[in-house]
This record gives sequence, C-alpha cells and structure tokens, in this order.
Amino acid sequence: MIPAGSRLRDALREHRFAVTAELSPPRGADAEAIRKAARELHDWVDAANVTDNQGAMVRLASWAGSVIALAEDVEPVMQLQCRDRNRMALQSDLLGAAALGITNVLLLTGDHQKFGDHPEARGVFDLDSVQLLWMARTMRDSGKLLSGKTLKPPPVWLIGGVENPFAPPLAFRAERLGKKIAAGAEFVQTQYVFDVTRFKAWMQASRELGLTQRCGVLAGVGPIRSLRALERMQQIPGIVIAPAVEQRLRGVPEDRVLAESITICAEIITELREIPDLAGVHVMAFGAEHLVPEIVERAGLGRRAHARVNEHVG
Amino acid sequence: METAVHARDAVERVGDRPVPTTPGISLPFALVVQRVLRPKRIWYSLAVWLEATPWAYATFTALEKLVKGKLFGCRMCAQCALPSTAYACPMTCPKQLRNGPCGGVAANGDCEVYPGVRCVWVVAYERAAGAGHTADLRRLQRPIDNREWGKSSWVNYWQHRDAGLWTADASFAAAPPIEQR
Repeated sequence: MIPAGSRLRDALREHRFAVTAELSPPRGADAEAIRKAARELHDWVDAANVTDNQGAMVRLASWAGSVIALAEDVEPVMQLQCRDRNRMALQSDLLGAAALGITNVLLLTGDHQKFGDHPEARGVFDLDSVQLLWMARTMRDSGKLLSGKTLKPPPVWLIGGVENPFAPPLAFRAERLGKKIAAGAEFVQTQYVFDVTRFKAWMQASRELGLTQRCGVLAGVGPIRSLRALERMQQIPGIVIAPAVEQRLRGVPEDRVLAESITICAEIITELREIPDLAGVHVMAFGAEHLVPEIVERAGLGRRAHARVNEHVG
Repeated sequence: METAVHARDAVERVGDRPVPTTPGISLPFALVVQRVLRPKRIWYSLAVWLEATPWAYATFTALEKLVKGKLFGCRMCAQCALPSTAYACPMTCPKQLRNGPCGGVAANGDCEVYPGVRCVWVVAYERAAGAGHTADLRRLQRPIDNREWGKSSWVNYWQHRDAGLWTADASFAAAPPIEQR
C-alpha cells in the first residue's frame, strides 16, 4: 500500500524547514477534542505528533487519535513507546498503523510510570527505543518480524525518534543520536530548546559525526503558559529552562507571561533557523494547540501549502 | 536519604526491582578479570560439565548471583552486557535501557526515578571515557532473550551464546537487520 500522505517526508527530502506540532489526545472517549485541535493545526504544520500516554498518563490511544487526525486532513506522527507494550504488541501496533494509512511513527522508550497517574503499574520495557527503531526498520526494509517471519506486505512509514541534547552525559548525546540513526531513525525531534548555545554545540558534534546529514533534526520548542507552568516544567526530568528565559517570564506582569513566552518561543525559532542542517522545529503546546499558529506565524514560517493527505481514507 | 546506593544495599533493599548501581570495582581491574574469564577451552569444558550436573550448576549460579550481585547489582538476566558498558550494568536502569541513557537524567547526573542515585549510564560513560573505551558504548545492543533469566551468564558466555548480543561496528553505519537471538 502506498502511504496516504507524505508531507513530512517531502519537507525533509526537499530541505524545506519543516514544522511539526504536538497533538495531545484527551482523557476520555472524545473524538471531537482531537478534531478541533487538528483543525487548529491544519494550515500550520507538515505533520502532528499524536502522543502515546504522554507523561505516563492514560489517554485515548495514539493510533486512534492518528486516524481521527487523518480524517481532518492532518498528517499524523503516531508515537509509540516501550513502557506499555512488549515486543509482540509493538509489532502488531506498528502493522496496524501502516494498514490505517499512518505514514509516520515516532518510537521512544516512554516516561517511567512513576511520573504518571498509574505509578503502581508494571513498566514493560521489553525493548528500548534503539531496539524498537531497529525492529521497525527491519519490518519495513527487510519485511520481517523480530521472529524472522515474513510480512506480506511489509509496512511503510517514515521512522522517527527523540533525543535530549540537554541531559547528562552531554558528551554522549550526539553518539546516542548516532545509535538511533544506525538503528533506523530518519528524523528526530528533540526535548525543548531554551538554551540555543547548548543546542548548537550538540548540533555541531552531531554534524562532525556525519549524523545531521543522514537524519532530519527537528528542534523542540514551545510556550510556557504561566508561572505555574514554568514551575511545573522545571520539575519535569530532562527539561532545562535557561535562567535568561525564566528571568524574562518573571519580569513581566502575571497576565503578560503567556504573551512574553510566545515572543520568546518565536525568537528561539528565528535563532534556530540560522543553524546549518537543522531540518525544522517541533512545537509542543501541550493541550493548547490553538497557540501554534501564532507562534509559527511570528517566527516567520507562514502557512503550509499542502494537498489533501487522506483522499483514499474512510 | 538515598545517596550512593551500593550494589549490595540495592539488591537487599528492593529485590528484583532495578536500581542504578555503581560498580564496586574499577574498570581497569574489571578488564584484568575479563582477561582471565575470557572463553577458553578450560572454561568451555567447565560450562559443559556444569550444565550436565544440576547440583553443580545450581551452586555455581548461586555463587555467580552473589558475586555479581554485590559488585554490579546483577539481576541475572544471563546475557551479560558488562564488557560493553564499562562494567556498569544497564539492567539496573529502571527502564532496563541497554543502548544508553534516557532523556530524563537530572542535570547533576542522577537517575530520574531515584533522585540521589547516579544514572547507571552516566557512570558507564564516565568510566568508559576515563579508560578510552567510549567506542564500546556505540555498539547496538540486541533485545535480550527473556527465557534466560536466572541462568548463569558465565556458562552462556563460555559456550559463545553471547556472540550476537551487540553489533561489532561502532561507526554508526546502518546496522544489519535486527534478529531475535
């Protein structure tokens, strides 16, 4: 089967500065919430990540959210993590995604259950993210399951991963990207970039290993909607908020924090666009997809011109 | 406060639950031991005899668990990654990541799940970097065989069953198709 949409693949291949955004499924059997968020994003992104029990909180399944996004003509990036599934479930979900016309998958380990709403759950972690990427590439390119059994027909998707340039051991972070690329990642999205200097150093190290030429790197960005959100984000493992950003947010009246953070976000994107080999940005506005158009527009990226993705779906 | 959890404490305190463990021996010393225990005819013969002799296998495995538990926080996955990770056991990572650290490592190098305890991959990287062994960490680690838990990794190793645990290439070139071991 020819994948329905391939906007993200095209954008990366043609070296257009790509824009993706996060689309968070609701806690509840609510398709309309996803449709609404998808409509907000439609004109402004090449593809939207549908998260998979993000933050170890149970939400509507990422495959289902992806199908709903497709029906709204938004190309999904279906996230899939190893915390909730063993190798068998991962493979069957990947096959299901391809059969439903989901053209991009983002494969990750997943947040530890300790941080979510079911801390008493058993974390599976049968595979890690590198092994999952490797398995997906083998399913697609060799048409084989991990067991060696043949897939007829093999699935087709663009394969993505994640990386955090800001977490120790910093000197290993470019090499870890290298492992993901060797395993099968064709694009990666990063953790929030608030420290552009540190991000540039990681990009430089990755470039010297020949990695940014082989894999589209999309820098993670996003607004901080309030001082409460700032404090919450500072508690999330792996997110590093630069002191300069915190100072700016604390330096404005409470009701101006959101506006200031949108300005900061647009400025960061503008700065990031100067980095050679950077393939695009990934905008994370958790549960506030309506902010994405303003951020993208103020960063000077404009609307996307795209053909419908879902002509043969549903 | 949970500071510097030692291998022994970790094993006794939480049983089978993975807690990042800093090895009890230095990398140079571990490499000397590795040279002694490297597969050879004598070890191969011992491994064959152990597998054919249930009481001896049980005794040997209990001893292995004791020694490696104290030194590395070993949980007996029986597919030892230690030679490729500067002897910091990745199965003591709460996510059992065999291919490197997760994105949640705290700025001070602590595990996100156990604040006050060093991330085992931060430890692995520092040990590898200190001995010029960082290329080891670039190899891709294949998924483990979950049927092997509780068996002796030494007996497996001496009979060359660990051959496919990780890729030989450390260059980031596209890996060959993944296969189940």
